[in-house]
Amino acid sequence: MHDVAAHDDSKGQYFWVWGALLILTAMEVALAYNQVFQPVAMLQVLLGLSIVKSALIVAYFMHLKFESALMRWMLVISVIGLFAIMYFFFFPDAGRILRLGVR
Amino acid sequence: MAEATLQHDAAAVHGLAGEYEAPLFGAYSKKVGMWLFLASDSLTFGALLFAFSYNRISNPAWPTPFGKESIANATLMTGCLLSSSLTMVLGVLAARRGDKTWTLNWLLATMAFGTAFLVLHGLEWTRLIDHGMTPFGNPWEPGVPQFGGTFFTLTGMHMLHVTIGVIYLGVVALRKKFLPILAVIWIGGYFLIPSNNIFHYGIHALGIGLIVSALILFLKPKIYDAQDIEVSGLYWHFVDLVWMFIMPLVYLMSTKI
Repeated sequence: MHDVAAHDDSKGQYFWVWGALLILTAMEVALAYNQVFQPVAMLQVLLGLSIVKSALIVAYFMHLKFESALMRWMLVISVIGLFAIMYFFFFPDAGRILRLGVR
Repeated sequence: MAEATLQHDAAAVHGLAGEYEAPLFGAYSKKVGMWLFLASDSLTFGALLFAFSYNRISNPAWPTPFGKESIANATLMTGCLLSSSLTMVLGVLAARRGDKTWTLNWLLATMAFGTAFLVLHGLEWTRLIDHGMTPFGNPWEPGVPQFGGTFFTLTGMHMLHVTIGVIYLGVVALRKKFLPILAVIWIGGYFLIPSNNIFHYGIHALGIGLIVSALILFLKPKIYDAQDIEVSGLYWHFVDLVWMFIMPLVYLMSTKI
């Protein structure tokens, strides 16, 4: 198959990614269980860590790092756009309701 | 690449001796199709996650009922899904090198981890429902009824995706031999789960899965090759990916001190 990359066939790589994912999960649980941050900051930190975990899964397990550049960039740009909309337009609305209150 | 599409004669127009047109995304069409489906499904989950996050931030009185036991359970569930992703990718590697035995082994391991996830999640749901949580209310903060609705919708949608994923992997790994296994789990589950438990009724989703799998296996019998396994792997990793967002937002943002 011409689309199978030869350089990523190492099993070791997948075990490293798995280990990194477990460590990131442990970090998330430790931060949240000890309630190190307040809700809004906690959400930002957890989302940040989740994005890193998702990037690892998509790049290595779903093989996107080794796919054609067009597919990779289309997906990455859509996801970044999605997060930009969420972070810059949606979450300020959620935070504003706390300051303005509800009648 | 462009000139390949310009040359065609009468035979090529009828698809007999067509020019080779390289795929737009450099991957075979099944893979592109699955990526497109995953893009659309991520919008579904994105909408649910947006709604959940909005509710979570805008409600300072959000219930925090998840103590040590729940967080340990959720972490174990995350470990199950992450390990299932690892076994899935090892299965894809085995399929690529033509190792039928290990392809089957790794796929079965993936299904086992997925089933463990579902059982643990079902137990979690049962525990919460026994405490009095419904889609319309909860016993911890009566002023925040959205807690139940958002929780059950998000995790229920994800649980359904995991169930479909396990059935999908079963079809790819075992083909027609999977049908009696699925039937036994469905009927056995129905009789073994007590009728005051929501899963006594929810397990009928497996019956629907059985019918759909049977239709696919009998109407389109085929040997599933490495490409099919890779495509099923993409779906499975997507399910894991969604959980990477659900677990922190739902469980970790509601921990009890």
